[in-house]
Amino acid sequence: MDHKDRFANFSAQNPQKWEDPSVLDYSSRIEPPLQGNPGAQIKFPDPLNELLQASKLQDWDPAAMLNNLSFLEQKIHHLRGLVHSIVGRRDRVSGQAQPYGLVAQQQQLVTADLTSIIVQLISTAGGLLPYVKHTPSTQSATSPSLGQFQPQNGGGGSGGSGVSELQNSVDVSTNEEHESKDEEDGEELGENLFPGTYEILQLEKEEILAPHTHFCTICGKGFKRDANLRMHMRGHGDEYKTPAALAKPNKESSSEPALIKRYSCPFTGCKRNKDHKKFQPLKTILCVKNHYKRTHCDKRYTCSRCNTKKFSVIADLKTHEKHCGKDKWLCSCGTTFSRKDKLFGHIALFQGHTPAIPLDDTKGSTGICDPGDSSEAVNKVGNMDMFNFSSSVDVKGSIDDPAGCFSPLNFETCNFGGFHEIPRQPFDDSESSLAFLLSGSCSYTDKSGED
Amino acid sequence: MKKQKQNNPFNLVAEEIIFIILDLLNRNSLAIKSFSLVCKSFYAVESKHRCSLKPLRQDRLPALLSRYPNITHLDLTLCSRVSDASLSLVSHSCASSLRSIDFSRTPLFSTYGLLGLALNCKNIVEIDLSNATELKDSALAAVAEAKNLEKLSLARCKSITDMGVGCVAVGCRKLRFICLKWCFGVGDLGIGLLAVKCKHLCFLDLSYLPITNKCLSSISKLQHLEELVLEGCFGIEDDSLAVLKHGCNSLKSLDVSTCQNISHNGLPSLINGALGLRQLTLAHGSPVTSSLADCLRKHSMLQSVKLDGCFVTDDGLKTIGNWCASLRELSLSKCSGVTDEGLSSIVTKHGDLRKLDITCCRKITDASIASITNSCKSLTSLRVESCTLVTREAFVLIGQRCHLLEELDLTDNEVDDKGLKYISRCSELSSLKLGICLNITDEGLIHIGKGCSKLVELDLYRSEEITDSAILAIAQGCPGLEMINIAYCKYITDCSLLSLSKCPQLKTLESRGCSLITSLGLKAVAVGCKELTKLDIKKCHNIDDAGMLPLARFSQNLRQINLSHSSVTDIGLLSLASISCLQNMTILHLKGLTPAGLAAVLLACGGLKKVKLQATFRWLLPLRLVQYLESRGCMFQWKDKVLQEKLDPKCWKLKLEDLMP
Repeated sequence: MDHKDRFANFSAQNPQKWEDPSVLDYSSRIEPPLQGNPGAQIKFPDPLNELLQASKLQDWDPAAMLNNLSFLEQKIHHLRGLVHSIVGRRDRVSGQAQPYGLVAQQQQLVTADLTSIIVQLISTAGGLLPYVKHTPSTQSATSPSLGQFQPQNGGGGSGGSGVSELQNSVDVSTNEEHESKDEEDGEELGENLFPGTYEILQLEKEEILAPHTHFCTICGKGFKRDANLRMHMRGHGDEYKTPAALAKPNKESSSEPALIKRYSCPFTGCKRNKDHKKFQPLKTILCVKNHYKRTHCDKRYTCSRCNTKKFSVIADLKTHEKHCGKDKWLCSCGTTFSRKDKLFGHIALFQGHTPAIPLDDTKGSTGICDPGDSSEAVNKVGNMDMFNFSSSVDVKGSIDDPAGCFSPLNFETCNFGGFHEIPRQPFDDSESSLAFLLSGSCSYTDKSGED
Repeated sequence: MKKQKQNNPFNLVAEEIIFIILDLLNRNSLAIKSFSLVCKSFYAVESKHRCSLKPLRQDRLPALLSRYPNITHLDLTLCSRVSDASLSLVSHSCASSLRSIDFSRTPLFSTYGLLGLALNCKNIVEIDLSNATELKDSALAAVAEAKNLEKLSLARCKSITDMGVGCVAVGCRKLRFICLKWCFGVGDLGIGLLAVKCKHLCFLDLSYLPITNKCLSSISKLQHLEELVLEGCFGIEDDSLAVLKHGCNSLKSLDVSTCQNISHNGLPSLINGALGLRQLTLAHGSPVTSSLADCLRKHSMLQSVKLDGCFVTDDGLKTIGNWCASLRELSLSKCSGVTDEGLSSIVTKHGDLRKLDITCCRKITDASIASITNSCKSLTSLRVESCTLVTREAFVLIGQRCHLLEELDLTDNEVDDKGLKYISRCSELSSLKLGICLNITDEGLIHIGKGCSKLVELDLYRSEEITDSAILAIAQGCPGLEMINIAYCKYITDCSLLSLSKCPQLKTLESRGCSLITSLGLKAVAVGCKELTKLDIKKCHNIDDAGMLPLARFSQNLRQINLSHSSVTDIGLLSLASISCLQNMTILHLKGLTPAGLAAVLLACGGLKKVKLQATFRWLLPLRLVQYLESRGCMFQWKDKVLQEKLDPKCWKLKLEDLMP
């Protein structure tokens, strides 16, 4: 399915689309545009070049830029957490129809916040435009990524139209956030190649997904790399042991000027497909493989540590696993941080958010309780009707509240007042202990009843 | 029965009027108790009236809470332990009325207990969790549920971190008072968040926290902050204090003692904005020079300055003398460098001084005392401990000129009977300390007994020449006496205790090392002084079990006792178990104490919180017993100090002087 179409559905508030796994993926991929955002790329094209530009341009303030960027980062991070929580909720109530109004409301607010982020991004990048204009000659050479918001056919756009072009490119980056990951790998596109100046190759789906791409013509054994195949071939006879047979085949053909090769995705409707009107080719076979797996395949690899994050490219999983669990600073909104000061900055910024204490911490008491006493205490906890868990069953339960104005960037009206983490613990051990809770005052059940 | 009701004249009196009477009686717990025991209606009225409760043991809580429905303040500090069950009971019985609860020094409750309390008692505004060293962040997350909380004390909660404080900051937006002293786990982030979220903070104690300048900028934005304590914050340095140039206009009291990295360079930025500053503590900090003193020249509201332990220069003191403020309180305790000249220049300018502390200012002489008494006629408190160069004649001046004195500390001085004769003119005197004053005799104290009828506290520690006639005069002349220390006054006999038994308010009696007193004297005190809460009869060799029995019978308010080196045995100790208040017991070197007897005593005294014992008993008592007692809330201190040789007080004093520079 076309990304554009999906996004259109997304904005058309088709509730069923929520169940689409690739939309779930949307939430986890909201972060990449941050890394791929044009502002960030402009900022660090090349240290030397930057120095040069800085001397030319007095009014460009890197500190202010950094400020803007970190603000944006925080906003996007937050929005991500929020969409994440929506997705989490979806998971929980999957199978039940969603109230149309609620979806629309959430949709609107998410879109509103996205828009505000985009506007912020543009104003940040807009401040840089004079700087961009000053370096038309160096820009394509030193920072290929800049091309992303240059028109395909033009070198340095004029200052006036720059903003609208920028807007365009930003839209691209938000709609097609999957691509940014490819760009991160270092295979950024956007060289100013005119259509027809390069050869387009399109591998078939099976070829892309095949574990091996090089097969022995004699025994049929498959290999991932041609070099390995050549090593293998040596076993089949002395004729394969000559230096010519062992040499890299490309070396021979390097003499004739080959047409630049670019690749197309076999998925119809994909922007990386050659039939797409805004076709953006992929640079290498590796790009094709990663793109296809990430965008058009199931996420088969689940992180064994958190059991929630899923990936279709095993390298992505490994990258994730390196950092998984290190985000130990947790906010009540579900957002995690790898640094404590970032968490506190987040909490200081938003109303109603509070640090979430890890569960294993709750077992601590102020001393050794004698056994009889502690069990008595636990019983009491179980029996006390004072534990009104209306908001504490799940943080997301309170997000359910359709009456509350739900704005992701302003939680003032959202009731997070409940006790978030700790009370869950005593009830974790048995289903039955939860039963009495769900009977009366629990707003979570009320809400799901309405659903 | 109806007839009886009509006959009771108090039925005609409105409840409000009885409440007012009870308010007046409130200071005397015995009177309130007697009132409630008169009849059923009085009992009911008293139950309705009482709003604060300080139970001794948690097992009495159910009965107490059902008897007193209107409790607003609950002090659990005396309970050796508080379980979650008790807390849930509290949170149910006082759900709406409870406003303040004090857990300081009370272990053994958990997060769940606190959570119930915070969720149920919606009107709770004050929680004291001091000394809960095991308290975790999760407990603070529970506290954060008390949305109306205004006052929170977390002193010495060593296990809490920024995360817990963050929860409190977000949850308790109405917080006005928070004490985080010795919470070593809390740093800039937590404090910064607290200052951002709790805009109404007016008291902030951050003593000994590893905070740096980073959080100070957010603290300086607090509009209502009146009192800031930064004692021992080594991370705060001069360099970046300049950021605070305009901050903290509302500040009234600032404590930066032991902040070694704050000097006269950084201090101005901290206090320049705070023109309303009334109280400043710079104890144990950088030297008090004229440049440091100069930063405070314009603070006209300044009333109290504490420079304890600082090195001061004459110039510094002279600059203080030129401040435009008129000080009410000045403390130069243990300041090195205080001379007659410097001190005189201060006291002549600040004639309005009410409190002056010149403890251990060893360079000052009679000249200082003369200028102090000459210019500061309205002094109410004067501490002159260990000013060794001051001669006996100077103390006459104190008595002649400062008639308003309420508190006078002359410990370790040359004061003699003539000095005491003049001091007895201070008729308002309530606290007099004459420890280690070797020149005073009965004659001087008889004057005191005649002149100072309002005396509440008298310290005669090691004032050796004192005999029974002095104590008789004091006991007769000072009926309000609450505390007396006659330790190591070797001529004191039972007669003194007999005289003291006529002081009904006596709460503390220290007669350590008075080897002449016997069980007979102790019996008289036990019978006469019903309020006795603290008793120290260490090294009173002639006191035995016969003295314990009357104590057990009559001193039902006794909380702390030291029986080391006395002749008390198992039987005497066991009888003490009938004192339900008894919490603190020091029983070292008791010859008649057996392991079995000790075990029985420890089991029988249900309210014990702290016991000092010889280390040998640690292995003689069953381990299970010790564990059980510890789980009951009793703490053991095992001492293995060898008996020290008896010191001659005079030679002991000389030794002290040798140590001096």
